[in-house]
Amino acid sequence: MSDKTLFEKIWSDHEVLTTEDGFTLLYIGRHLAHDGSGHAFGFLEKRGLKVRRPELTFATPDHGVPTTSHKVDDITDPVQKRAVTTLTRNAAKHNVTLFDLGDPRQGIVHVVGPEQGITLPGQTMVCGDSHTSTHGALGALAFGIGASDVFHVLATQTTWQRKPNKMRITVDGERPFGVTAKDIILAIIAHIGANGAARHVVEYAGAAIRALSIEERLTVCNMSIEAGARAGMIAPDDTTFAYVEGRPYAPKGKHWEMALDHWRTLPTEADATFDRDVTLDASTFAPMVTWGTSPEDALPVTGTVPDPANESDPERRRAMQETLDYIGLAPGTKLEDVPVDQVFIGSCTNSRIEDLRAAAEIAKLGKAKVPAMISPGSTAVKLQAEEEGLDEVFRKAGFDWRQSGCSMCVGMNGDLVASGKRCASTSNRNFPGRQGKGARTHLMSPAMAAAAALTGHFTDVRELARKG
Amino acid sequence: MEKFTTLTAVAAPMDRPNIDTDQLLPARFLRRPRDEGFGDVLFIDQRQNDDGTPNPDFVLNQDAYKDARIIVADRNFGGGSSREGAPWALLDYGIRCVVASSFGDIFYNNSLKNGLLPVRLSDDDVKAIRQQLHDKPGATLTVDLDAQTLTAPDGGIHSFDIEPFRKQSLLKGLDDVGMTLEREEDIAAFENGYRERRPWLFADA
Repeated sequence: MSDKTLFEKIWSDHEVLTTEDGFTLLYIGRHLAHDGSGHAFGFLEKRGLKVRRPELTFATPDHGVPTTSHKVDDITDPVQKRAVTTLTRNAAKHNVTLFDLGDPRQGIVHVVGPEQGITLPGQTMVCGDSHTSTHGALGALAFGIGASDVFHVLATQTTWQRKPNKMRITVDGERPFGVTAKDIILAIIAHIGANGAARHVVEYAGAAIRALSIEERLTVCNMSIEAGARAGMIAPDDTTFAYVEGRPYAPKGKHWEMALDHWRTLPTEADATFDRDVTLDASTFAPMVTWGTSPEDALPVTGTVPDPANESDPERRRAMQETLDYIGLAPGTKLEDVPVDQVFIGSCTNSRIEDLRAAAEIAKLGKAKVPAMISPGSTAVKLQAEEEGLDEVFRKAGFDWRQSGCSMCVGMNGDLVASGKRCASTSNRNFPGRQGKGARTHLMSPAMAAAAALTGHFTDVRELARKG
Repeated sequence: MEKFTTLTAVAAPMDRPNIDTDQLLPARFLRRPRDEGFGDVLFIDQRQNDDGTPNPDFVLNQDAYKDARIIVADRNFGGGSSREGAPWALLDYGIRCVVASSFGDIFYNNSLKNGLLPVRLSDDDVKAIRQQLHDKPGATLTVDLDAQTLTAPDGGIHSFDIEPFRKQSLLKGLDDVGMTLEREEDIAAFENGYRERRPWLFADA
């Protein structure tokens, strides 16, 4: 049986062996490490093993780095400082390429990979972080793993995996004005649920997906994990090749031609079948915001907070009520009337240059009424934005222009939302406590977050942009 | 890793769907060294009130569930982040088995690698078992990995699936790396072919 889908073609190309009972030892083409990789390097040393293929691992600190300064000595939390300096030490000791603090190539690992040409179509890729699904946007098979698995990859360059099922999400039609990649993926998750793609690798297809830029595709694939998917991917095409060509670690010369020949064979064939198929129409989409504590709790901004009383199952009704108690919203409240205390623009979901341009377009229209922080996804993105004058636009509008890192998405570096405060955030998770204990997170696109900063409440960016 | 064979223990019901890994172990504890243990911070923001006193409403704080070693949850348990601290926190607290109708894939894999058994049953079954636990707080479940069965408080026997590869590792308490290192010849042979087929992945920038 020949492989028909993008996923199966990459899987087969990396299959070292498959046991009689169907478990595969999968070779890993690229491994990304960050300041959370200390456990795995520690396990390696404890066992007296070395990194099998150091040239296939790339590292950069992101989770615990301050956004006010990129000097190691300025990290005030001793735990985070130790994590960052441990990464520096491990990279040197094991001969792993490192983009450390102060290096213009530093950034959030999922922004840096594509940016530096480390992420390539057709390869397997892992990282000890669930948002590794991001890299599937370039036609790679990329997934997050835990520390024990990172240790396994460091020691053997392989991982044991059961072949996941195949799911295709086709988004047809043309997205209306004001609808971004973030709105597309939030609409998908709202439709299939936070575990809707569990045990599946998702391939995104259809006209609305093909029309996306690479940065937009990265946003879509990034949140595949929020639908429970093992990985998300998009077939590589000319848009992909144009993006990859010329990046520092991308193949060059003869290798580029070889790679391109291979990559052109990867897209899913017309007669391929999937275990599950879901089809959505982009022309029905609107700018989205989340109202609850799971990314599946997403609605068009024109909607209202749902009422648990309408839920027939008593257990579900109770769960929904607990969600509303945590998030502090009454049933029936118009989402556009919900006030925000602060705004965060950043994270591996929405911190690339196109995201910042979109936010700046809105920021130009007024002044921030609430504290609004911007953390570019990488130092390279920051420098690019400054070259374009976006930092000035943001400063003029009263936004706080910071350095790159995971920042307030996960709050490990001290960028936190206080208990009971409400944050309009371009990140990926609105889980209880995600941005800090008791923090109330609402997910939305960069333009929507910027709009909320200007008005102090959730705002339909389409109205603001039309008026602007 | 610690073996898993059979377990008869008190099971605690958790009715909410989407109990994510940030709830299991908040990010501020992720950098703690493994040997310091994570049991004290499992579900910490739900277990404790703001003043650090135990929250009496939280199921694991209730007398009937003090000795719980099994959790019966709903759908999408352990969704979210790849933090292995989530299964470590459960294990260090004393939980050896979580029953749910679906799991976050990464959490599921991380659990199996650490001797924590995730058991997938249908939505209806997990709901019915939770109801039995609510009706008889402190009731026990029996999980037999070899037989792949879970016996509910009402005596009902539920079969569950598990990868044969993972089942054997759990029954014997084996870790992957030792097994994989024995496959070195296979890996080296694959790698030579891969390097020839895809030379650009190994080229220096």
